Amino acid sequence: MSRHSPTGLRPDLAAIAARVAAGSRVLDIGCGEGELMAVLEAEKGCDARGLELDAGAVERCVARGLSVVQGDADTDLANYPDKAFDYAVLSQTLQVAARPDLMLGELLRVGRRAFVSFPNFAHWRTRAALMWGGRMPVTRALPVSWYATQNIHHVTIKDFRELAREKGARIEGAWFFANERAIGARGANWRAEFAVFELSG
Amino acid sequence: MPSKPPVFQLPESLPLDCGQALESARIAYETYGALNADKSNAVLICHALTGDQYVASTHPVTGKPGWWTRMVGPGKPIDTDRFHVICANVIGSCMGSTGPASPIPGGAADGAPYAMRFPVITIRDMVRGLVALLDGLGIETLHCVVGGSMGGMQALSLAANWPGRVARILVIASTARHSAQNIAFHEVGRQAIMADPAWAQGNYYAGDTSPNNGLAVARMAAHITYLSEEGLTAKFGRRLQDRPDGSAGAKSFGFDADFQVESYLRYQGSGFTRRFDANSYLYITRAMDYFDLAEEHGGRLADAFAGSEARFCIVSFDTDWLYPTAESRHVVHALNAAGAKVSFVELSAPYGHDSFLLEHDQLDRVVRGFVE
Repeated sequence: MSRHSPTGLRPDLAAIAARVAAGSRVLDIGCGEGELMAVLEAEKGCDARGLELDAGAVERCVARGLSVVQGDADTDLANYPDKAFDYAVLSQTLQVAARPDLMLGELLRVGRRAFVSFPNFAHWRTRAALMWGGRMPVTRALPVSWYATQNIHHVTIKDFRELAREKGARIEGAWFFANERAIGARGANWRAEFAVFELSG
Repeated sequence: MPSKPPVFQLPESLPLDCGQALESARIAYETYGALNADKSNAVLICHALTGDQYVASTHPVTGKPGWWTRMVGPGKPIDTDRFHVICANVIGSCMGSTGPASPIPGGAADGAPYAMRFPVITIRDMVRGLVALLDGLGIETLHCVVGGSMGGMQALSLAANWPGRVARILVIASTARHSAQNIAFHEVGRQAIMADPAWAQGNYYAGDTSPNNGLAVARMAAHITYLSEEGLTAKFGRRLQDRPDGSAGAKSFGFDADFQVESYLRYQGSGFTRRFDANSYLYITRAMDYFDLAEEHGGRLADAFAGSEARFCIVSFDTDWLYPTAESRHVVHALNAAGAKVSFVELSAPYGHDSFLLEHDQLDRVVRGFVE
């Protein structure tokens, strides 16, 4: 997802940024180098906090004045109080979690609302690679071989809707992306390379 | 001769946690860079156990450069072209601030020093003294307070007990409480000093001898805790020290400093006694052992930071076993629970606790980014 919106953000992050209310408190889990946080603070006056595993990325966040804690989302979300944030954001991280179901529960505990973005494993390219190639897919959205990928829990849009239902979460909005631009909801589980969901607990 | 350092005379007595008060206390300090018109660019640097106010200027006793010249100076991560940097010697120490070697005010006509009559102080008492200094300098709010090790304890104490006085708190290789292991190592050092006959119950100031042997052993034991096993191995391994006559090192089948690591520790120990007072070492280690920020706030560390609007940055090093990363994370979790703005990063460095004083590009970037 290299094509950037006017804010300079990845399309999934731009969709999230557009939905976040001005002045809200946001926790960005797996915030990377803080691209979303920086936009939310500069353009929406948000109080943004980050959690990121990679020390180098945390260092670059701190150097640009962002409040980011180095830590592991699988274990460290437990240290945040209930409903400490208006939004908890989990972008491109659900599929690397040890237990995505538990992490989703934690998101909805610490945030009044949650945004989750993930690569859709049911995209037609992925299906085709498995169906016709008989191999684990290596695609634009999932560019790393099965043995090296950090994505240990592949998920489809249908799976995610089901998980949200099991967790008793309400889907407040959903956005889908292919070829680095937004697409409609129709046939999204075939057509979308990436999805963003907004949930409330 | 370097000019005499500025010394602040406290206008009022300084109340202490033990219930006593220090009368006519003095705090020696150094400043670097200009204070701006609205006094909003002050950065306070808090020194560690055996540190002093000479953070970026030559030490008057040893003649060595300041202890953090690589971090503080024009264009450095804590940029004295932009910030007014203040570093003060803590009370209880021995570089010009009131401590056990200072004369008791209104006391004996011969100016007898406090020695062990000096009251036991705490980290919060040290910070109370620093706040009095800030009052005297007319600085209401610090742009930032920075501290490594015991300096980090002071920074946390300032944030917790005087929350309006500081906007940014940078804590490096530190902790919110002394662990049993921390206390244990300090007790070894104190016992080494007090077992030295020259200590004389602390009354050695008038005589010809000081408990230098005990103080050197204390420093040697402590110095081991500042380094990592990996760092010691890389620096010394099992290498032997050259003989005093210049011949190659060999086992002496005696108790000379055969190994380089022994020679190094002896050198560190004896060098330390030339610049540090043994009684100060007792008092300051005691203050560190008493430090438990949660205990001061009803047992819950998060309550120490409740309502704080300041920004925090906590940094640890992966090979620091004196104040390991887990202690920093403990502080971070409390800050999260309090809803405070906090950043945390564990940096990788081979040299243990002392890494914060050594070359580290990532640390430089974190400090520069956070302070600005």
